[in-house]
Amino acid sequence: MKCLICHDEWMPTMSFAMLLTLRQADVCCPRCRARFIRLEGNRCERCSRLIDQAVCEDCIAWEKRKSVLKQNVSVYMYNDWMKEVMNRFKFRGDYALIEAFRHDVRTVFSKHFSSDVCLVPIPLSPSRLAERGFNQAEAIASLLPLPMIFALRRIDDEKQSKKTRRERFTGRKFCITGENVAEKRIVIVDDIYTTGATVHEAAKLLYDAGARDISSFTLVRS
Amino acid sequence: MYMAGKQLLKSELSFPYDEKYVQVVESIVKTKKGYRCVRCDNEDQQLFASFPCARCGRICTYCRKCIMMGRCSECNPLVIWTGPVPSTSFSSPLKWSGKLSPAQQLASDEVCHAIDRNDSLLVWAVCGAGKTEVLFAGINMALSQGKRVCIAAPRTDVVLELAPRLASVFPSVDMAALYGGSQDRGKLASLTVSTTHQLLRYYRAFDVMIVDEVDAFPYSVDPMLSYAVERARKPTSSLIYLTATPNEQWQSEVKRGKRKAVTIPARYHRRPLPVPTFEWCGNWKKKWRHNRLPSCVVQWVNEHLERNKQAFFFVPYIDFLQQVVPYLQQFHPHIEGVHAEDPKRKEKVLAFRRGQISILVTTTILERGVTVPNIDVAVFGAEQPIFTESALVQIAGRVGRSAQYPTGDIRFFHFGKTKAMLKAKRHIVSMNDEARKRGLIDE
Repeated sequence: MKCLICHDEWMPTMSFAMLLTLRQADVCCPRCRARFIRLEGNRCERCSRLIDQAVCEDCIAWEKRKSVLKQNVSVYMYNDWMKEVMNRFKFRGDYALIEAFRHDVRTVFSKHFSSDVCLVPIPLSPSRLAERGFNQAEAIASLLPLPMIFALRRIDDEKQSKKTRRERFTGRKFCITGENVAEKRIVIVDDIYTTGATVHEAAKLLYDAGARDISSFTLVRS
Repeated sequence: MYMAGKQLLKSELSFPYDEKYVQVVESIVKTKKGYRCVRCDNEDQQLFASFPCARCGRICTYCRKCIMMGRCSECNPLVIWTGPVPSTSFSSPLKWSGKLSPAQQLASDEVCHAIDRNDSLLVWAVCGAGKTEVLFAGINMALSQGKRVCIAAPRTDVVLELAPRLASVFPSVDMAALYGGSQDRGKLASLTVSTTHQLLRYYRAFDVMIVDEVDAFPYSVDPMLSYAVERARKPTSSLIYLTATPNEQWQSEVKRGKRKAVTIPARYHRRPLPVPTFEWCGNWKKKWRHNRLPSCVVQWVNEHLERNKQAFFFVPYIDFLQQVVPYLQQFHPHIEGVHAEDPKRKEKVLAFRRGQISILVTTTILERGVTVPNIDVAVFGAEQPIFTESALVQIAGRVGRSAQYPTGDIRFFHFGKTKAMLKAKRHIVSMNDEARKRGLIDE
């Protein structure tokens, strides 16, 4: 079959385990697969950053600011390969690449969260959505068989990746749409966690709207 | 005039355009087989995908083949320029005082002739013949006639090498160098140097299309690229192909006179091309399973280290390269390996040029372009299918390039001669014969 990412032909090896569990063969070839690095080993228990401390400096600072985000869970490390794949997925708009993440996203998610949570994808502004044609956070959330609540709306149009660290912390990016989140357990979904400014702000808004027990889940931790 | 000579996706257009001069067409069309991408001609159904599109509110199909040039989807049509393409003429813009060899001169005249008559021509020139200089007179004439010229190269590094060289000999001409991430994107210049991929944004824009290294990857394997070349040139235009190693079909077309071609069978320094020698090295794969290399290969490595003669050592696969480099490094620290995905590729090639590396073990990526004086080459496992006739001719072409060191040793270590090896050798020998006949070699 054709690798989803590099388009080279490759032969998946079939095994009895695959027949018995009806597990699908991987959509990408072993070479491409090996370049994705899953976050494992010593990490900050709050934000998944690879670090030898239990809680990283940034998360201690968030705690001092009384952030209501319980924890962030991410799936992959942000290496050069991931940058390349994210660039093609998000900025070139190759939606089909989402399939390469399905298996790992589901496995990591179910390891950390129970199945009674609701997903809140981080929204795009209408103009950016029209430009890209899809919201990458929603695409990631759609890999999980859980209800989605569109509780947030974007009020600021600038890309996070175009801003400095300081700019990311000042200024509001979202408002509440009015969808009911009261007393619900929420997992905010986004593509990437860098400084955490986006998901922490979203968590605060959802908390003020009555949500309880708020965490976040991102595909990548940079 | 921003649209002139282009075909762009509607989503790429940030300015309003003059509707009188454009045609808006669907970028994805349905065919009997499924879908076809109008921009890149992709019909491989595995390379189409659909997604819930926020722009059109439907399940929208897009082409994954040319996605790196922006997404062609059902709701994103192509806007094609059908109006006139403006032209600028220059009066003899060539500023070059070099001299052509008689063989180059002949080829140069043929190129001029083809450009003048909007004909097609194959320039079959051996590695190190000085192909670029052969184009100067033709480009000069085209620019004087107000024609737009495009040189399409297979890869970005070739564009980056070629563009400054042309800029220095045509200092007054507006130029564009196009590759992924280039500053000149969207420019329509009188002289354009482009990767073949970038031509997907142009439509009937060029009067002269020169395709460099037609036999090279990826042009030779990807039909999208010849489609891009065809669409980017005007219906009446000249088409010049440059290569050192035309494929079999082209070679026979040339022999039967069905394809117009001009050959440059000798190098500019008038010495014959070094001819490869074959050396049987037994079942090297089996030997390698016991962590041993054939003794003739070990001897070759040792000899080069002792004589302090630099060499390329070509191997067939990346996996094998990654095993054999640490093994060889045990004997000598001045042995390095480099392959296509090596992040330190540029540094290693530079270190080799500086003489800090004695033997550079490599896959076929270095078969072209890299020119280092006074080196030898060896091909290990020359019988492997990756070493095609053209790859082997190109590899042999690394040797004896400079006038100071016009000779060198080319060794094919093999476990059984292949047709490709024999053809490669015959190819080189026949080029030397032709050169002798035409009096292009001093011996």
